[in-house]
Amino acid sequence: MTDKITFELDGRMVEAEAGETIWQVAKREGTSIPHLCWLPQPGYRSDGNCRACMVEVEGERVLAASCQRKVAEGMKVKSASERAKKSREMVFELLLADQPAREDSHDPVSAFWSWIDDMGIAPTSRYPKGKRPEPDSTHAAIAVNLDACINCGLCVRACREVQHNDVIGMGYRGHGARPVFDFDIGMGLSTCVACGECVQACPTGALMEANLLDEKGKRVQFEDKSVDTLCPYCGVGCQTRVHVKDNKILYVDGRDGSANENRLCVKGRFGFDYIHHPDRLTKPLIRRNGVAKDANMQLRKEDISEVFREASWDEAIEFAASGLKKVHDKLGGAGIAGFGSAKGSNEEAYLFQKLIRQGFGTNNVDHCTRLCHASSVAALMEGLNSGAVTAPFMAAEQSDCMIVIGARPNQNHPVAATYLKDAASRGAKLIIMDPRGHGGGLGRYASHMLQFKPGTDVALLNAMLNVIITEGMVDIQYVQAHTEGYEDLKNRVADFTPEAMAPVCGIDAAMIREVARIYARSERSLIFWGMGISQHTHGTDNSRCLISLALVTGHIGRPGSGLHPLRGQNNVQGASDAGLIPMVYPDYISVEDPAVHAKFERLWGRPLDPKRGLTVVEIMKAIHAGEIRGMYIMGENPAMSDPDVQHAREAIAALDHLVVQDLFVTETAWHADVVLPASAHAEKWGTFTNTNRQVQLARPVVNPPGEARQDWELVQALAQKIGLDWNYKDVGEVYTEMASVMPSLDNISWQRLLKEESVTYPCDDPGKPGNEIIFSTSFPTKSGRAKIVPAKLLPPDELPDEHYPMVLTTGRLLEHWHTGSMTRRASSLDALEPEAIASLNPRDLEKLGLTAGDFVDVGTRRGSIRLRTRAERDVPEGMVFIPFCFAEASANMLTNPQLDPLGKIPEFKYCAARVEKAEAGEPAEAAE
Amino acid sequence: MSDVTLKDGNGAVKGAGKAIHPGAGRRKAVPFPKGRVLDPVDLEVVAALIGAPPYERPLLIEYLHKIQDAEGCLPAGRLHALGDLLKIPMAHVYEVATFYAHFDVVPDGAEKPAATTVRVCESLSCMMAGAEQLIAALQSENMPNVRVVRAPCIGSCHTAPACHVGHHHVDHASAEKVKELALEGHVHANIPDYQTLGDYIEGGGYKVLRGCLADEIAVDDVIARLSDGGLRGLGGAGFPTGRKWTFVRAEKGPRMMAVNGDEGEPGTFKDRHYLETRPHQFLEGTLIAAWAVEAEEVFIYMRDEYPAVIKILNDEIPKLQAAGLVPDTKISVRRGAGAYICGEESAMIESIEGKRGLPRHRPPYVAQVGIFDRPTLVNNVETLYWIPQILEKGPEWFASQGTNDAKGLRSYSVSGRVKNPGVVLTAAGSTVQDLIEQCGGMLDGHEFKGYLPGGASGGILPASKGDLPLDFGQLEKFGCFVGSHAVVILSDKDDMKDVALNLMRFFEDESCGQCTPCRNGTEKAVQLMSQESWDGQLLEDLSKVMADASICGLGQAAANPLMSVIKYFPEDLK
Repeated sequence: MTDKITFELDGRMVEAEAGETIWQVAKREGTSIPHLCWLPQPGYRSDGNCRACMVEVEGERVLAASCQRKVAEGMKVKSASERAKKSREMVFELLLADQPAREDSHDPVSAFWSWIDDMGIAPTSRYPKGKRPEPDSTHAAIAVNLDACINCGLCVRACREVQHNDVIGMGYRGHGARPVFDFDIGMGLSTCVACGECVQACPTGALMEANLLDEKGKRVQFEDKSVDTLCPYCGVGCQTRVHVKDNKILYVDGRDGSANENRLCVKGRFGFDYIHHPDRLTKPLIRRNGVAKDANMQLRKEDISEVFREASWDEAIEFAASGLKKVHDKLGGAGIAGFGSAKGSNEEAYLFQKLIRQGFGTNNVDHCTRLCHASSVAALMEGLNSGAVTAPFMAAEQSDCMIVIGARPNQNHPVAATYLKDAASRGAKLIIMDPRGHGGGLGRYASHMLQFKPGTDVALLNAMLNVIITEGMVDIQYVQAHTEGYEDLKNRVADFTPEAMAPVCGIDAAMIREVARIYARSERSLIFWGMGISQHTHGTDNSRCLISLALVTGHIGRPGSGLHPLRGQNNVQGASDAGLIPMVYPDYISVEDPAVHAKFERLWGRPLDPKRGLTVVEIMKAIHAGEIRGMYIMGENPAMSDPDVQHAREAIAALDHLVVQDLFVTETAWHADVVLPASAHAEKWGTFTNTNRQVQLARPVVNPPGEARQDWELVQALAQKIGLDWNYKDVGEVYTEMASVMPSLDNISWQRLLKEESVTYPCDDPGKPGNEIIFSTSFPTKSGRAKIVPAKLLPPDELPDEHYPMVLTTGRLLEHWHTGSMTRRASSLDALEPEAIASLNPRDLEKLGLTAGDFVDVGTRRGSIRLRTRAERDVPEGMVFIPFCFAEASANMLTNPQLDPLGKIPEFKYCAARVEKAEAGEPAEAAE
Repeated sequence: MSDVTLKDGNGAVKGAGKAIHPGAGRRKAVPFPKGRVLDPVDLEVVAALIGAPPYERPLLIEYLHKIQDAEGCLPAGRLHALGDLLKIPMAHVYEVATFYAHFDVVPDGAEKPAATTVRVCESLSCMMAGAEQLIAALQSENMPNVRVVRAPCIGSCHTAPACHVGHHHVDHASAEKVKELALEGHVHANIPDYQTLGDYIEGGGYKVLRGCLADEIAVDDVIARLSDGGLRGLGGAGFPTGRKWTFVRAEKGPRMMAVNGDEGEPGTFKDRHYLETRPHQFLEGTLIAAWAVEAEEVFIYMRDEYPAVIKILNDEIPKLQAAGLVPDTKISVRRGAGAYICGEESAMIESIEGKRGLPRHRPPYVAQVGIFDRPTLVNNVETLYWIPQILEKGPEWFASQGTNDAKGLRSYSVSGRVKNPGVVLTAAGSTVQDLIEQCGGMLDGHEFKGYLPGGASGGILPASKGDLPLDFGQLEKFGCFVGSHAVVILSDKDDMKDVALNLMRFFEDESCGQCTPCRNGTEKAVQLMSQESWDGQLLEDLSKVMADASICGLGQAAANPLMSVIKYFPEDLK
C-alpha cells in the first residue's frame, strides 16, 4: 500500500503524498493561491489564521484554509470557485481597511501589496477603519509599525518556533489582539535579541529594517541588486542574500543555506555597515619617519595622519616587502612570523601560509585558532587524528541528548542554538554545563543546568566517566572494536567518584550520576563545546574527557551523536585546514614528516623549514627575546586578542618591521610600519568552511572603497616582490591549487561550488553530497582505532587569593565579534552594546557597595581597566565576566598568558582578579 | 591639537586620557541584561503563592488565578517571577494573562485596580431588564475602592439584571443592594443548598457507576443504551453521545476527557442550574464516561463566572476519591478566566493546556487529537448529567419524552419578556409557544414579537415562526439554530436593531482574534451597525465571509442575528 493520495483539484485528478496540504499540491500543479500567514519556508508551520487561502471542498459547509487542510482520498477541491474567490477578496478588503495607504506604506513591495496586485483587486476598502496601534521606535535596528499588522502571527512563530527567542507573543484578544514584546514594552526595551527573523517573515512591513524607512515610517530605500553570499561572522556559516543600492548594502536576508535555513542573528542581519564606516582604510599608509612606536599609544582617528602618511600602492608594497626581506636577510626565516586570519577565505589562508613558508622559509605562521580551539584540535588530533567535528550541529535534530559545555551558542552561535532549542522543544534532553548560567536563552530549554565551579571541568567529566564505567554503561563492543587505551582510562578515573568530585566541582553527586546516565543511555547523544573547555591551561585535558565520553559510550559516528566543538570564526575551520598553523601543512600534515616536507619542497620549489614554527603567544615571547624582528599580519588584531595584551603590544611595538593588512587602523596597526588597505568579506570571492565542515562560496556584493585591494592580490604582490613566481589569475585558480594538495577537498571542485554553493567534506563523489557524519566505521588513525587518553586533574594556573579574590573570565557578547574592530563600527550593533561592561552577580555588587552601572576598576597581576558594571544573575558570585571586544577597556590587559602545554592556548577563562569601585567614577574625558 | 596622543618629532608617542574605541560613543551601556529586571522580592512572593516546585506549565492559568485572587491583579513583577519559576517566556505569560477578561495585568508604573470589582452583566436578557440603568446608577455611587465593569452573560438571565460583586452572585440586582455588598466586603461565592453525596447515594446514586466499575455492564451496552435513548450533545452541537464515545474509543490510548462547563452562550443557565442543585448526578455521569473511554485524566473546565460551582466541585470530588469511586482516573477542576470562546471545545482544550483559548482547525477532531495531542472525549455538563438516569431508567424512558419527532428531555433556558423565566425541563422539540406558556405567558404589557432560539449565536426568529420545533437541525433553513436551547423572548418593546447590536458587541468582545473574518468582521460589523442606517450590501458581504471563512463557530455564527434582523424585521431598520 502506498502513501499516495488521489483527489480532484479544479476538475482534474491529481496525485499527492499523504500529509500534503491542498496549498502545496496546488502550488506544485501550478495553481497559485494567495497566502499571508503561511510562509512556505523551513521551520514555519501553517497556521491558517489569515483566511486568504480559502478554497471550497465539495460537501463541506464552510470553506477550508488550503495551507492547513491536508488532502484526502477522493476529496474534491475547487481552488477558485466564486465563493472561495469572493471570500479571499473580502479577507483582503477587511485587512485593507486598516492598512496605511500604499503610497505611505512601510513596505509597498511587501507580500501583502504584491498579492493585491496579483489578485487584481482594488487597493482600497469599503469598510471603516478601526483603531490602530502607535509606532514603536525604541529599537535601534527594527522599526515596529503595527498599524500595518494583520495579526498573521508570523512574527510570533518566527520568534518562538523558528528562532526560539520567545520575545514576541500575541497579546490581548479579539480586534485588540496584537504582537507584544515581553510584557508589551517597546521592542528596544525587551529581551529581543534582534535576530530579525520577524522582520524577514512579516508580510506587510509592520516590522522593518529601520534604516529603510524615513522618519514617517515610509519605506524610501529600495535595492538595485541582490547578491547571494555568506555571513562574515561566526562559524555557523549562514548563507545570506545581500541587498545593495549604489554600492552600499541596504539590508541582509537569510538564505536557505545548509546551516541556517534562512535564519540569521543580529550580527549577520544588522552588522553589515562596518564596511562603509568612515574609518575604513582607502589608501596605503606608511609610518612617518621618526614617529616612534610605543606600546602605550592610543591612536585617535584624527591623529592618524600624525603617525602615518598616505602612499601609493607601488611604494607601499615595495616598502612592505623590502622591510621583511631586510629582516630575513639578517636573521633568516627564524626572524619572520606571520599571522593570517580565520576571517579570511580558504584561498587567502592558503596563500598566506604558502608565502610565509615558501617565501621566508619558516613555519612561524599561525592565527587565532590558537586562541580558540587549539586545545580541542590537539585532543581531537591525538585521539581521532582529525581536527574537525564528527557531526554537524543540525545533528541535534536527531539527537536524544545534548551536552553543551563551556559554550554559549545563544550568544556566539545563535543560529546553531536555534537547532538545539528546536531539539529540546521536541523533547531531547539538553544538559548545559557552564559556570555561568544561561538565563532565559538556552537555559530555558535546559533539562539540566550544571553551574559548576570554574576550572573544574576535568573533575566533573571524569566523575561522569567514572559513573559510566562503574555502573556498566560502557559500550564494550564499541570500545573493543574501535578504540584503544580504555584500560588506562578505567584506572585513571577509578578514584574520580561523583562523591569525591562533588565538592571539587560544586555539583551534587546525584546530579553527576543522573546526567552521566542520561548521556550514556540515550540512544543518540551529542556533545557541543566551546571556549569554556578549550581556553584553559588544561584545555586539552578537558577535550580529552569529552572525547572519552563519546568513545566509551559509542556516541560517535551515528546520526544524532558525535562531537562538535563549535568553531568560532567564520573560517577558523578552513584556515586551519588550509595550513595556517605552525606545525602542519594543509590538511594537518606535520611539517616535521620528512616525506611530506620533501613533497612540499618539490611542489613549491624552495627549501622549507623542517621544524615546526612558533605559535601566537610564543611568537610574542620570541619578539621580546629579540628572535623575531619582522611580521606580516593579515586581518588579525593581536593587540586586542592576545592574553596579557600589554605584553603583546610591547612585543608588536618592538618589531623592526610590521606589515598590517586590514580594513581599519586597528589597535595592532597603531604599531605598524606599513598598513595595507584590504577587502572586507562582502567585497570578495572565496570559500569559507564552517563548523559543520561545509565548504561554502562567498561572492562580492560591493566593490572595495577607494584604493583598497583584494587580500589575495596583496599576498601575491608581496610574494612577487620577494621573488616568488606567483601568477594566480583569480580566486578559483588558488582554490584549485589548494584543493590539489588537500585530499579532504577531493570531489569538491571550484566549479561544483559555483553551482552548489555549499558542499560538506569529506565527499566521496563529485555527484554526491558530502558525509555529514564521519567515523561511522573507523578512524583515520594508523590503527583505525580512536585513542582514549585519560585526563589529569589540574587546577587553573592562577587561583584567587586575598589580593585577587575573584575569578575573571572573558568571552563574547551576542552583538560583538572578537576584538570589535568590525562590529563596533557596525552602527546597529554599536547602538545595542555601546561600551565596555563588566558583569557581576547582583549580590557581589551589593557586597562591593555598588549599584549596577557604576564604574569599577578590575585589576589582575597584569594590569587594570576601568569599566561600567552590569548586574547579571547568570554570573555566579565570586566571578567577573568581561567581554574582550572593548578597546577602551581591553579585557586582555588582564588575562593570564599561561599556555596549555599541548594546544598552546592561553587561559582566557580563568585568572585571579580584584574588583574595586572606581574612585573617580567614569573614565575622565581627556583634558583639552 | 590636543595633548593626548602624540608628541611631535622623535619623542615618545603617548596615549593618555580617556581610552578610545571604535564605536560612536553616543550611548551608554545598559547596566542589566536585556529586558525587564527581575526583582527577587517578586520571586519570593510568587513562590509563596504557587507553592513548591515542580511546577507544571499547563497550570499557568491556575497560577495566574492564585496571584489575581491574592492581589486583586497581576502586577508585571509578579508575572515576570511566575515566568521565571515556570521557565515560561514573558511573552507567553503575558499573552495568556491578557487574553482572559478576569485577569487584570498591571504594567510597571501603572496603578492597581480597585480592590473590589463589580461585574454587571450587559448581555441581552440583563440589558432588557435594565442593566444599563444599573451600571449608570452604580457608576454615580460613591464607592471607594470599588470599580464597576461590564461583563458578558453570567448565567442569571432568569434573575436579570444580575451582577457579581467579587465572586458574590447577585440576582435581581439593584444599585443599593450592590453597593451594600461591595462596601461590606461580601465578595465571596454564596454556596447554594445542593444535594449532598449522602443524599445522592441514599437515593440510589452512584449505583450505575459502581456497576460499571465492577464490570457488571459492558461499555458497548452503555453506549448502545445512550444511543437508543437518543442522547445528544447538549452543549449546542447535538452530536449523538454514543457515537462520540465510540469514536474516541476507536483511537489509540492513552485517552483524555474534558467536561465542557464553560456555559457562556448568552441566555444559557441550565448547566449552572444542575451543578448548583444536583452536582453528583453530573459527576456520576462524568465518571461513567471516563470509565467508558478509559480516560487517563479528566478535566472539568468550569467557567470562572460560576464560583459557587467551582467550590462545590472542589469540595465534592475529594469525597468521591475517598469513597473509592475514582479508581482509575485523575480528575481535576480547571478554572476558566473569562472567555466565551473557551466554550468552543478545542479552545477549551487550549485553555486546559494553559494557553490562550484559540480554537483549533479541524480536522483533526479533538476525538483524535485533543488534550496534549491525545484522543479526547469532550462532553457538556448536561449531557453527562442525564447519563445515570438513562442507564438506570432505560433508554425508552428518555427517548419517549420528546415531541414533534424529537427524542428526549431538554432543558430550555428561558428568559426575557415572560412572567416566570427559568430552566424549563420539557420535551425535546417543544415550540417557543409551549415555552412561553410554561413560563406563565408574556409579561404584562408585552406583546410577543420574536425570539432567540439558541442564545446569542442562534439567530432571531419572528413571532410568526413560533410554532417551529426547537430541536437540532430544525431551524437551519431559517438561518438559525437551537444550540444550547437558550430561548430569549422579545416583545414589541424591543428594538431588533439594538438587540442585534448588543449581540454583535458581545461577539466583538469575545472573538479570540485569531482569524481575519471574525476578528475584523465583528469589529467592522459593530461600526456599521452603530450607524443610523445599515448598509445592507456591506453587512451581507461581511456576513458571508464570516460564515464561510471563520475558523470556528463563533465567527461563523456571529452574523446570524444580524442577518435575521435584515430578513425578518425589516421594519425595525427603517
